[in-house]
Amino acid sequence: MSAKVRIPTQLRTLTNGQPEVEVEGASVGEALKALDSQFPGMGERLFDENGALRRFVNVFLADEDVRFLEGLETPVQGGQTLSIVPAVAGG
Amino acid sequence: MPGLQQLRCRECGRHYPAEALYVCDFCFGPLEVVYDYDEIAKLDLKTRIENGPHSIWRYSDLLPVEGTSQVDLGAGYTPLVRAERLGAELGLKDLWIKNDTLNPTGSFKDRVVSVALSKARQLGFKVAACASTGNLANSVAAHAAHAGMRAVVFIPKDLESGKILGTAVFGADVVAIDGNYDDVNRLCSELTSEHPSWAFVNVNIRTYYAEGSKTLAFEVAEQLGWKAPDHVVVPIASGSQLTKVHKGFQELAKVGLLPEGTSVKISGAQATGCSPVATAFLDKTDYIRPVKPKTIAKSLAIGNPADGWYALDVVQKSGGSIDAVTDQEIVDAIVLLAQTEGIFAETAGGVTIGTLAKLASKGLIDPNEKVVAFVTGHGLKTLEAISGSVGVAATIAPTLESFAEKMGDRIEE
Repeated sequence: MSAKVRIPTQLRTLTNGQPEVEVEGASVGEALKALDSQFPGMGERLFDENGALRRFVNVFLADEDVRFLEGLETPVQGGQTLSIVPAVAGG
Repeated sequence: MPGLQQLRCRECGRHYPAEALYVCDFCFGPLEVVYDYDEIAKLDLKTRIENGPHSIWRYSDLLPVEGTSQVDLGAGYTPLVRAERLGAELGLKDLWIKNDTLNPTGSFKDRVVSVALSKARQLGFKVAACASTGNLANSVAAHAAHAGMRAVVFIPKDLESGKILGTAVFGADVVAIDGNYDDVNRLCSELTSEHPSWAFVNVNIRTYYAEGSKTLAFEVAEQLGWKAPDHVVVPIASGSQLTKVHKGFQELAKVGLLPEGTSVKISGAQATGCSPVATAFLDKTDYIRPVKPKTIAKSLAIGNPADGWYALDVVQKSGGSIDAVTDQEIVDAIVLLAQTEGIFAETAGGVTIGTLAKLASKGLIDPNEKVVAFVTGHGLKTLEAISGSVGVAATIAPTLESFAEKMGDRIEE
């Protein structure tokens, strides 16, 4: 499945400044791995040494936090948008 | 402000210049201001503070803003009230309330916003923005008006009317979002990438903004005669305020205003309808599972608290506790605080006082400890919460007979 990924400012140095890129992947985890092969260096920014998402990295699929879905296993439908957003405190 | 050098990632330790940066480019960890405490300690701090303005800016040596061009509506310097009657109700012999309802816009947010907009103006921003559960919106709009900046505030659409109108009156563009605070926060994080010329106080200015909460600890220590309390109870939304209260006490010890090795127990308060940090504490795990909030304490309704780990860590290491109270307990606590101390708190204050009561009844606060509870927002902002619980005693005709008929049995009480 092809999905759009919205890239936050902090990671755009890796995507040559592109705010949005297309990747292939049947799940959120696969899509993010594909992002890493397309834009090397992305993986170590998003994942910790155990392969889990870093704790200040939030990933949303169609505007829903993937932790409310099936995490990295969440299936991705064609045309859906994944968004990578740094966690920010303060309310 | 002699000590400000740079920013540092709290997760991986990478350094950054003191600009409008807020997360580490590498690991997305939050950035923190680094001070040179040795330099600050050389100043005659006590005199500088005691001769300073009656606002948070009396502590400017420990805040991340250079010069004197602060955006100052008079945030801070709020009363620390000895709460004997509430203490007697709860079995606490030395209870104090930090009454932060008495800020310019009625909540502690004036502390953080005054710092954030002062810094934003220095960095050249013309537009102030925020993602807010209401109190922050009020404060950003007011401070922006005072500073002559444009304000754009983003809120969940179901907020209390006082918080919406109390923001719009200052001329801010209020954008109500069909979603909860976490949705608003995500959108604002994304907007920050698209509109880097806007100062989102709790996104790209967050590093500086959060520092304002330290002044709660500074004031408490000063008001107690440069002594630390034994135990404080702080509400948890994102967790930022609690971690900064802790940092505030630590900094005072570092610069010599409190004895070295000062240790304050920090306890946290949440609403059961949004208690991801309390749940992690009670389950003895460091994994904070985000939740979909459902509570009348809307100002604390952050289901995905970004500083939750740090708040949990601070509480555990300090020997404090975290607990949560139901909506009914929140209302009861608002009424109890009002009727014992004459302080009218919003729902977040009800959460704090309700949790204080719970921790005291569980024996997690010693009756002899000097305890300070932070009441951080004014009750007039959330009248909806208590409208079913209190009201007029009687409606009568303007005659002595009518009074005697309806109120006669209460005259001798």
